[in-house]
Amino acid sequence: MLRYTLKRALSLGLSLVVASLVIFFVIEVVPGDPASFMLGLNAQPDTIAALRSELGLDVSKLERYLAWVCGMLQGDFGTSYTYRTPVTEMIGDRIWVSLPLALYALTLSTLIAFPAGIYAASRRGKPGDMAVMGATQLGIAVPNFWFAMMLVLIFAINLRWFSAGGFAGWDKGVAAAMKSLTLPAIALALPQSAILARVMRSALLDVLGEDFMRTARAKGLTRRQALMRHGLRNAMIPVLTIIGMQFSFLLAGAIIIEQVFFLPGLGRLIFQSISARDLIVVESVVMLLVFMVILVTFLLDLAYAAVDPRLRSRT
Amino acid sequence: MTLSRNILLGGLLCLCVVTAALISFLWTPYDITVMDIPNKLQTPSALHWFGTDHFGRDIFSMIMVGARTSLAVALVAVGIGMGLGVPLGLWAAANSGSWLDELIMRGNDLIFAFPSLVIAILITAILGPGAVNAILAIGIFNIPVFARLTRAGALPLWQRDFILAARVAGKSRARISAEHILPNVANLLIVQGTIQFSLGILAEAGLSYVGLGAQPPTPSWGRMLADAQTMVSFAPHLALIPGLAIIASVLGLNLLGDGLRDHLDPKIRVMRT
Repeated sequence: MLRYTLKRALSLGLSLVVASLVIFFVIEVVPGDPASFMLGLNAQPDTIAALRSELGLDVSKLERYLAWVCGMLQGDFGTSYTYRTPVTEMIGDRIWVSLPLALYALTLSTLIAFPAGIYAASRRGKPGDMAVMGATQLGIAVPNFWFAMMLVLIFAINLRWFSAGGFAGWDKGVAAAMKSLTLPAIALALPQSAILARVMRSALLDVLGEDFMRTARAKGLTRRQALMRHGLRNAMIPVLTIIGMQFSFLLAGAIIIEQVFFLPGLGRLIFQSISARDLIVVESVVMLLVFMVILVTFLLDLAYAAVDPRLRSRT
Repeated sequence: MTLSRNILLGGLLCLCVVTAALISFLWTPYDITVMDIPNKLQTPSALHWFGTDHFGRDIFSMIMVGARTSLAVALVAVGIGMGLGVPLGLWAAANSGSWLDELIMRGNDLIFAFPSLVIAILITAILGPGAVNAILAIGIFNIPVFARLTRAGALPLWQRDFILAARVAGKSRARISAEHILPNVANLLIVQGTIQFSLGILAEAGLSYVGLGAQPPTPSWGRMLADAQTMVSFAPHLALIPGLAIIASVLGLNLLGDGLRDHLDPKIRVMRT
């Protein structure tokens, strides 16, 4: 297990290095110098040069890359060009919107998908299964931002149960903050739960054909008891993989939903920073997101290997 | 053998969308470049089947023309993914276990780690918004999907006797990949192709919605939704109809993909009968 962990950790480190290189050099080709962008069309060349040196843009790309990476390793993501505040602070503010939103959406999606998937698998081929599968097909086809608009139309404009956008802030109390995240979380959760329910169903159906399930039935368990006691546990690996992937998707994928609801999250931060040519913010947030995706994958790999020793020999 | 309900329903939905897109090249009920302010924001009627927008343009005609944009962007993006991903996957499988295979697969893993939507937004922001750049942004993320699938499908084939026979006959690995491996993974690729196609339509709609996809005057479903957002309280049909068009296309493609998978996979076919 130690050998496996070290191997995976090495691969994790390597992926992060390559990812940071790709992110930095791709973003650095963005046309438009941040300094001249900030100062406008009529800026004097010496003013631009002064700002460039103030922003640290006058050294070579390699030096800037090294400074960026070394800074991140110490938790310092640099200083935003436009806001002149540390990027770490900006991320710190936004992540308290994006992270709870992702967790909220993931919880909703799991709460919908598990019963739906289990029900469909237990009624395989019957009308109940077909109804759930039909609903999931529809759920996958619905663009989440359109669903968000419909939610706003129904629950904010017509019924006035929720506000149409904006974030109340955690200082207004947990209930108020969660309330302003409810519609976005539902919009994000719907397509995710459709996918998860399908994965749950097919993983369960795969397990149902296994010998140990037959043994469980032979012991006298009913189909449902066998499914709940033995089937569910064994079907969890593919389901957990998808949940892990969905979590990282939800963190970054909320970008359009954050636009719909005017939520001050990470997605909106990236969006605004791209338009303002605030490269350092874009680089740092993208790197953070990639880091989280790679880390989730790494932890899942370790978790599987801990549960299932057969996976350790396969790398 | 009869075609399944999925293929029929999915095929029918796809056919409607494709036909609408093709007819729009020759004819639309109204000219979508002409504004008709007196008739703005009409609800669906016999004259305007889907109503009119805030400039009085006929929404049915805009949906027809918008179908072109969606289909073209998603189709070319799938083409990019297949065009680059399939050869990479075949190559990796033919040289399985080598450093080349390792490099291709790790490269794929890396692309998967990037939040695709964020990178797509970044690419369109770097290269400027527009349909072509949207295609690129969506297409890049299709490459690892097809590379992985092709490799996974091709690897077991390399162990088979007919491939051994071809190698004994003196064929090169490249020729075997093209002549024997590719036809045997084609089914997988077709099914995945329809799925990526539908994801492409969703992605294009998302990019257009945030203003990074097709630019005016090219109509696109995503931008119609963005325009509708501020008017949703008094003209909900503006938001409803483009959304339903997206759902119909994506649903059609997904049903078709599911149906084809069952139809093309002999193992499942046997299980059903």
